[in-house]
Amino acid sequence: MPKRPLPEPTPETREYWEGTKRGELRIQRCRSCSKAYFYPRPFCPWCASKDVEWFTASGKGKLYSYVISHRPAHGFQDWTPYVIAIVELDEGPRMMTNIIGVEPAPENLPVDMPVEVTFEQQSDDITVPLFRPAGSRA
Amino acid sequence: MTTAIVGAAETDEIGVLPGKSAIQLHAEAALNALDDAGLTKDDIDAVLCAGQSPVAVAEYLNIVPNYLDGTSVGGCSFMMHVRHASAAIRAGLCTTALITHGESGRSRVGMGGWGGARQMLQAQFEEPYGVAGPPTRFTIPILRHMHEYGTTHEQMASVAVATRRWAEQNPRAMMREPITVEDVLNSRVIAWPVHLLECCLVTDGGGALVVVAAERAKDFPKKPAYVLGTGESSEHSMISQMIDMTESRAFKVSGDLAFNEAGISRKDIDHAMFYDAFAHTPMFALEALGFVGKGESGPFFEEMRTAPGGDFPLNTNGGGLSYTHTGMYGMFAIQESVRQLRGEAAVQVAGVKTSIAHGVGGMFHAAGTLILTNDERA
Repeated sequence: MPKRPLPEPTPETREYWEGTKRGELRIQRCRSCSKAYFYPRPFCPWCASKDVEWFTASGKGKLYSYVISHRPAHGFQDWTPYVIAIVELDEGPRMMTNIIGVEPAPENLPVDMPVEVTFEQQSDDITVPLFRPAGSRA
Repeated sequence: MTTAIVGAAETDEIGVLPGKSAIQLHAEAALNALDDAGLTKDDIDAVLCAGQSPVAVAEYLNIVPNYLDGTSVGGCSFMMHVRHASAAIRAGLCTTALITHGESGRSRVGMGGWGGARQMLQAQFEEPYGVAGPPTRFTIPILRHMHEYGTTHEQMASVAVATRRWAEQNPRAMMREPITVEDVLNSRVIAWPVHLLECCLVTDGGGALVVVAAERAKDFPKKPAYVLGTGESSEHSMISQMIDMTESRAFKVSGDLAFNEAGISRKDIDHAMFYDAFAHTPMFALEALGFVGKGESGPFFEEMRTAPGGDFPLNTNGGGLSYTHTGMYGMFAIQESVRQLRGEAAVQVAGVKTSIAHGVGGMFHAAGTLILTNDERA
């Protein structure tokens, strides 16, 4: 497992990081305009309403775009090459992640491929959401 | 048209300069630009810069400013500084603005740290995934563009080839060996689909500009570059939050503002400088600024229309891909626009009356656009 640079949650993001620890992808949506959004904020980025709620996303989405990095970030030396991806969740928002469970080659990673979330514990406090091809067992 | 660039110069040398600190490069460029304008530091009443604090630059040069602007949003900051200086001059807040850039991008002398506070949004939502600087972030949108528009690897490589052809003829360009599309695609993979020759250089250097009211512009030794139109915008702080990875909203907003202010059409542009941090950046600019339709930039570059002899002279100094790239390249794009308008470029394009310099900040985070002309009647 790569030694990732680990985040320190802030008050408005804590529920997200508490969720990943439990194996849940907790994101937010607006009760006024019904749109889901990411990253966490205490108001809706679309309509600015403060009437927002947390919910657990399905964890399903598609591979929106990516690179296969041959240039290791600190802590990733043993993992190069690896996939830095943008996943578009079925609920709408996009987030950065890594695609795991598949050899990092373009033929294995068609754009728009269905993916699903999986969780990798990094420390007592931080578990990161990663994605794998939908239906794979990685 | 209310202001003009009347002084423009780069540092004595650009490239690998381990003997000079970042702020020293600011000052060297500033003094060269003052010389170019026939001014002294005591004529300056406004200081604008990025990377360093404008307070530090004013102190280093011993200037007493009436106006300061430290907008620092990456490589397009200098397009914004020209815009902000023009507005401040128009408003009567200052008369003679100095805009400086200096960066020890390669040698890292006198630079601040990279930072990395673990609570920042990028640290929480991008850095855990192994992003290693611009080559693994700026590059992420490309595949989406390829997927939706059929843009090919060869087309993207063509950007680097066309740019190199200008650099071959420019003695100050760092990379001057001729290259082919095959050379680009055979170079080392940095972040697939991006190869080494599709990434900009990393260098040391600087540049500076002097901006005054248009009615004073003819009182200076060199031919003025009148500021015809300006624009700026921003979109996101993290590449993962880009609204649509096939187009830059910031580019589009900034470009439309500049063209609306200039009151000219795309066809009136004789020369263009589109910030090329990576080979795809000018492709996105060509589309967002309205020179071609969405998804049409690939064939345009593949036909070598931007190379010497083509009908759209672009990045005529050799660009960030082959000339120089200190980290915030926008200053060098403006310098080349001014040189082309003055008729003193290393590789001069005949009959340039109007030039556009368009910059990006961060990973498509922000944008700034300048439309400049040497025609006082414009």
